[in-house]
Amino acid sequence: MPSYVDPSKCDGCKGGDKTACMYICPNDLMVLNVEEMRAYNQEPDACWECYSCVKICPQGAIAVRGYNDFVPMGGQVHPMRSSDSIMWTVKFRNGNMKRFKFPIRTTAEGAANAYLDGKGANLDDEKLLLENDLPEPTMVAK
Amino acid sequence: MALPNKPLGELPAVTNPEVVEHDVDVLIIGGGMAACGTAFEIKKWAPADLKIKLVDKASMERSGAVAQGLSAINTYIGENPIENYVKMVRNDLMGVVREDLIYDLGRHVDESVKLFEEWGLPIWKKDAAGENLDGAKPAPTLREGGTPVRTGKWQIMINGESYKCIVAEPAKSALGEENCLERVFIVKLILDKNKANQIAGAVGFSTRENKVHVFRCKTALCACGGAVNIFRPRSTGEGKGRAWYPVWNAGSTYTMCAQVGATLTMMENRFTPARFKDGYGPVGAWFLLFKAKVQNGLGEFYANSDAVNEELGKFMPYGKSAVTPTCLRNHLMLNELKAGRGPIYMATDVALNAFLDDRRAKGMDEKDVKKFWKHLESEAWEDFLDMSVGQAGLWAGMNIEPEKVGSEIMPTEPYMLGSHSGCCGIWTSGPDEAWVPTVDGPRSHQYKWGYNRMTTVDGLFTAGDGVGASGHKFSSGSHAEGRIVAKQMVKFCRDNASFKPELPKSAQEYADEVYAPVRRYHEFVGASTSSDVNPNYCKPAGIMMRLMKATDEYGGGVATYYMTSGKLLNICLDLLRMLREDAELMAAGDLHELMRAWENYHRIWCVETHIRHIEFRKESRYPGFYYRSDYPTCDDENWKAFVNSTFDPATQEWKCEKVNCINIVETEPWI
Repeated sequence: MPSYVDPSKCDGCKGGDKTACMYICPNDLMVLNVEEMRAYNQEPDACWECYSCVKICPQGAIAVRGYNDFVPMGGQVHPMRSSDSIMWTVKFRNGNMKRFKFPIRTTAEGAANAYLDGKGANLDDEKLLLENDLPEPTMVAK
Repeated sequence: MALPNKPLGELPAVTNPEVVEHDVDVLIIGGGMAACGTAFEIKKWAPADLKIKLVDKASMERSGAVAQGLSAINTYIGENPIENYVKMVRNDLMGVVREDLIYDLGRHVDESVKLFEEWGLPIWKKDAAGENLDGAKPAPTLREGGTPVRTGKWQIMINGESYKCIVAEPAKSALGEENCLERVFIVKLILDKNKANQIAGAVGFSTRENKVHVFRCKTALCACGGAVNIFRPRSTGEGKGRAWYPVWNAGSTYTMCAQVGATLTMMENRFTPARFKDGYGPVGAWFLLFKAKVQNGLGEFYANSDAVNEELGKFMPYGKSAVTPTCLRNHLMLNELKAGRGPIYMATDVALNAFLDDRRAKGMDEKDVKKFWKHLESEAWEDFLDMSVGQAGLWAGMNIEPEKVGSEIMPTEPYMLGSHSGCCGIWTSGPDEAWVPTVDGPRSHQYKWGYNRMTTVDGLFTAGDGVGASGHKFSSGSHAEGRIVAKQMVKFCRDNASFKPELPKSAQEYADEVYAPVRRYHEFVGASTSSDVNPNYCKPAGIMMRLMKATDEYGGGVATYYMTSGKLLNICLDLLRMLREDAELMAAGDLHELMRAWENYHRIWCVETHIRHIEFRKESRYPGFYYRSDYPTCDDENWKAFVNSTFDPATQEWKCEKVNCINIVETEPWI
């Protein structure tokens, strides 16, 4: 189900040094054509349909069309992702629609505690940060 | 129209890239769950002046196997004895596992899960009435004693669309953004010039600018996931991208570690998941949460038949445990398919309606049943939308509503990995604890040599999919393993403070090797009017198809229902040998293609180890994952042992050996 870019919406992230889709694609598929100032998926048959580009695009310019070797035309799955939830619209080939909304995060973006002041105690035992005594196997083989 | 003999893509590669040298103490290669665990943990142990860099081929926010999200965390020990976790993993992987590594993982994994929740990952909970609450509803946290929604004994449900973003954030901030280098693909590890069997650096290149990066380091973590697109997939057109495991995992972990002499273990193990056909959507929640069953083409729920029980009895003690090993479940399914009793269906309709009938039977009125259904339907779709959106897309395109009709299940093409229901990988030291067996002999036979999760190469560590003979870590266990490694790498630096890494070749020489496909492209592109067809070079895309054809036809792929033999395997090895030679003739016109060239180079090596191991093991250890027609049974008497292999970088020779497998956790009762 490769992603594709709607040229009427894509603004190439205005040529900034971090084109959003290009920044995020885990498989290095999204590229910016600087002359047209539009992005495109350069290798659709390597697209995992992870939707990372669809979710991040600030213009809502990216969508997904089902893999042409097994998905009949007409259906579409499209997300709207906010900072704490995601809303999915599932459109069926026969026109039926379903909507689902799920939470995605319970803290504010940037608020995850990295324990910057956390310090471990003894480098020579096996305990990690925040861990107390570690168990050892008791139901052992004879 | 211009002739098509020019580079594809938007970032043409030049023949003389800039070369940048870096001196660090610790190099973290990878940005997935394991590497994020290391990045989070390492500064808690490192002295302030320790120089640490993380290098990721993609962007940490969405890299690795969890990029898309997940709908469950599959390893959370919670109320269970860790010994039972060891027993479950041991049985699922047909007995040949490193119980020290599995137990050790079991005692660290929950802390990672509690951290995820604290960082913002919504984890489903049970309310007082026993109903499911999604992870954003107010409820006590796991740390506060909240009750997660268990599906199986080890799995808990999450709202995991942003799982990786949430885990990457504190990893990045703990290490410092300036120490995370993204879009740099490390392609080779480098041994020290003076000290034998000691890691000293790595080389890679940017996929965004013409720049080669050469690192010197005292210790390195190599955690770049498993291997995908190594066997011909069932969908070979656009759908080739819809791999079950992340399509960008190219076996880099195994290849890079093997090439510097790290001993590999259980590379014969593969994972051939049975998934929803074509979309490869997850089946775990359907089996465990919704209690769905599989049906053959005759409408029979074959899993509990007498014939099946008799078949499972052939694989004792593994076959008759309460949870049938994954490979044997495939084996049963393949028997149905081969007998012409396909297709196999997940009876989603039967399962979902059973929930509604159960509520009605308990006296729930229709209005409330409707409300309950809305919740149940949402849970069912979320399973796909969180982690495999394409499956939802396939249902949408096919007009499938799971409450009305079942969906076909099919075993996929094989994958290589060490963190899911598979256990190929690298042989590592276990924890330095008295309960870990002491074994005489070389490291390739030992269970511990001072640094937990260190490979047999000094200073080289691995985690997640990299650590072999220890499957069922999944996302949480991979993160925990990364945290374990972090502390060990700091310890290694402390103990080897005087070590000064020195590379045997100049940075420019490494750059020349890395950019060889680009030079070849520029040298020869004029010999043809079409960039992709040229008598002097081959393109990465073609090399990948050639690899997948060879493995599929001779190495036990879907073409033969996973059947191979000594004869076929040796043909496969011959084909791979020539493929490896021709891989030296790959050409790349742009930076994306240069990445593909190196990925395929990694794929070929890693598959070669896979085939070599299957050839060496004269039995069929994992019926349902692969079969050898010449040794069709699982032979515990002769082969309940590891197969370890080591490539000697000095002589360029491989050595395969049988290594004793020791039970640490009780074997009576087996489960």
